[in-house]
Amino acid sequence: MSLAIKNGIVYDPISKVDGEKLDIFIKGGKIVKEVNEREAKVIDASGMVVMPGGVDIHTHIAGAEVNTGRLLRPEDHFRDVEEKTSITRSGVGRSIPSTFTTGYRYARMGYTTAITPSMPPLLARHTHEELDDTPIVDKAAFPLLGDSWFVLEYLQDNLIEECAAYIAWVLKATKGYAVKLVNPGGLEAWGFGSNVRNIDDQVPHFNITPREIVRGLCRANQLLGLPHSIHVHTNNLGKPGNYVTALETMKCVEDLAEGDKPIIHITHCQFSSFKGGDWGTLRSGAEEIARYVNRHNHVSLDLGQVIFTDTTTMTADGPFQYILHQLSGNKWVNGDVETETSAGIVPFRYRRKSYVHATQWSIGLELALLVDDPWRVFLTTDHPNAGPFTSYPRVISWLMSKEARRRTLRRINKKARSKSLLESMDREYTFNEIAVVTRAGQAQILGLKNKGHLGIGADADISIYDINPEETDPSKQFRQIRKSFGKAAYTIKDGEIVVKNGEVVKSLIGRTYWVNPRVSESSMGSVKEIKERFQDYYTVQFENYPIPESHLAFSRPIPIEAGV
Amino acid sequence: MKRVSNAMFTVKPRSEFKAPVETECITCDVFSEKSQEEIRSLPVWEGNKRRELGKLFEVRSTRGSNENETEIRLVGDFSKVRKIGCHMTDGKITIDGNVGSYLGEEMKGGSIVVHGDAGSWLGSAMKGGRIEIMENAGDYVAAPYRGSVEGMKDGEIIIHGDAGNEAGNYIRGGLIRIEGNVSQFLGIHMRDGTIIALGNSKGRVGAEMVGGKIIVCGYVPEILPTFTIDALRPSVKVTGKERVKGPFYRFLGDLADNGEGRLFISKHSNPHLRFYEELL
Repeated sequence: MSLAIKNGIVYDPISKVDGEKLDIFIKGGKIVKEVNEREAKVIDASGMVVMPGGVDIHTHIAGAEVNTGRLLRPEDHFRDVEEKTSITRSGVGRSIPSTFTTGYRYARMGYTTAITPSMPPLLARHTHEELDDTPIVDKAAFPLLGDSWFVLEYLQDNLIEECAAYIAWVLKATKGYAVKLVNPGGLEAWGFGSNVRNIDDQVPHFNITPREIVRGLCRANQLLGLPHSIHVHTNNLGKPGNYVTALETMKCVEDLAEGDKPIIHITHCQFSSFKGGDWGTLRSGAEEIARYVNRHNHVSLDLGQVIFTDTTTMTADGPFQYILHQLSGNKWVNGDVETETSAGIVPFRYRRKSYVHATQWSIGLELALLVDDPWRVFLTTDHPNAGPFTSYPRVISWLMSKEARRRTLRRINKKARSKSLLESMDREYTFNEIAVVTRAGQAQILGLKNKGHLGIGADADISIYDINPEETDPSKQFRQIRKSFGKAAYTIKDGEIVVKNGEVVKSLIGRTYWVNPRVSESSMGSVKEIKERFQDYYTVQFENYPIPESHLAFSRPIPIEAGV
Repeated sequence: MKRVSNAMFTVKPRSEFKAPVETECITCDVFSEKSQEEIRSLPVWEGNKRRELGKLFEVRSTRGSNENETEIRLVGDFSKVRKIGCHMTDGKITIDGNVGSYLGEEMKGGSIVVHGDAGSWLGSAMKGGRIEIMENAGDYVAAPYRGSVEGMKDGEIIIHGDAGNEAGNYIRGGLIRIEGNVSQFLGIHMRDGTIIALGNSKGRVGAEMVGGKIIVCGYVPEILPTFTIDALRPSVKVTGKERVKGPFYRFLGDLADNGEGRLFISKHSNPHLRFYEELL
């Protein structure tokens, strides 16, 4: 089927189209130069915003910790039930929606790609089974490698090439997309009831520090030439004073930078931008972080913006979650995944009137407004850690309107308000910048070449929002912004209309991207060693560990020539 | 706008139910705003099938005796019918017979009287109003939905018979009065509010409580080791001016959760607890 989107006001930052009235043509799931308009279905998008489909770089939508979170929180499901329709399946859950509902809700907001960032390699099969049941959106998963025994052992012996070959094998075996580090070294320490305190603290039982892990994996990542940089959840996350750790983590790979391409992604940076000695003296470290990011090209961030709501926190950072459980007194689950990683889940409510929560809210927005280059700071809520992804339209309205920020600011904790920098910030994002932070920039940093833009040959993933930028002033009509971005007029996935007026009209199976690096025969030697270690340490057989490609519903490998 | 403010409705099951029936719509708030026709076509669930209220129940309305109050009388066996009086804010429901689970769930006001037994999750997470059960109640009286920590906040539940396990789970306010016996874990996870049981308990009273007051006038097999004896009181205040005569041992806990809950256990019914007096 061919499609013609006529007269829409197009924002396509990668193709340098900033709010021009353009027609877009689609054929065979791709964007083409022109189609025979008599045969094509025509969508009249006059007075509407047309953007590439949304891309979410960091959202916990599938996997072991997500499903454990679902088990932990029946009360979250109870209040949010979606009945089945003739097209969609039923589902439940507000902060941790069930798989099908997750896909539909992303599509309703005009998002067509979502990346789940923490997949314990041992539990990859389950993660992919859940991803297969997440309809419409394209997906990928990042295996957790920062605390894997194999990685720690290679890196302590400075065997970067062997480490890279191991990563290549893991990516292939688990159908993963990029290297994820969570509290590098800390999760291994957590297995022995402790944590690492800073990036030069030695990991118990290993002769290695977090700094060496980050640098080693960064170099291995470069050797392999993976499309995305290393994706880092810093040490000391969620602790006052941790902005220093975040800065040190960024600095420690500064000398490895090649050109302008970021080589390290600091994820949910809000949680790593705390200044102050304790919770009472907590301040925002957004200024220092932003100053560094503005001066260095090798770093990208995503926000992890806090939403004042009841949500569920889940990370592989077991020690952090334990602290959160003690602080909040809420129930929790701790998971340990053999020699690879750990996990923790705690239900949490962010309150306007809490000094700490209100400061966190402010930090997220300060980061977004202080980092000058929108191509290196992305909109996320670290779903569901700082808020469910369904709150993105609210964050968009805060970014686009000072008045919207001020309204929320008026209702937050007094002390947090007086310390917040937001009152003094006049920057308001334009539609073009919103397109960068919600799609173009994220696609670019992920190395997804066919996503995030509307150039010829791109995947026909398009969202159309019923808002006229020529008549709407986002800074005043922020409610309209929130409404429109929450309910796409059309979402087009692979050239098919999947959402119309905020309702799902067609359900598709999305692709699962994974990286398939080709490594030389000689470096495959180290994989044989892995087999022996498996016999000693794993509960599964080496042969049963890899997931066959046929196990994925819609596999889309990205072949790369690795430098090892 | 309420169309019939002083109507009296009578609801009878048309037949015996095999599957559970969920009727969130049987509340005075819903009935008082609707005509007879509309009431009969209200949606209910029988097992996994959607039905109309009128298909499963006979509904008749007459003029009530009370001005400005809607009254609903349920006559027959309602033991498979769940969620009656859910979210109710006003009016009166009388049930002549047994009733199923989730009676008065998240109810905010009005009153419910049951001349029979009630199922589990009676007054689940209720916020106000009054529920009176003339006979026995099931497990989880006033408890919140599974997983939630927001139990009963206010209101009053009176059970003239016995209650099951975990009565008063996670309650944060209000009063639960049980005139008969209770099973295990009375007031588990309790945050605030008052529970009084006139009969005996099967033990583990107040486990993981952090606030509030539990009074047991009957026999208690043992006190959890995470409670500490605090005093011997001649009498204890229930609510307002009402006091019960003791003497009562007063325990504080649950110390495993740094709790400051108070447990009042009758001295006369529990001679085996006398050794605690040496610790005072």
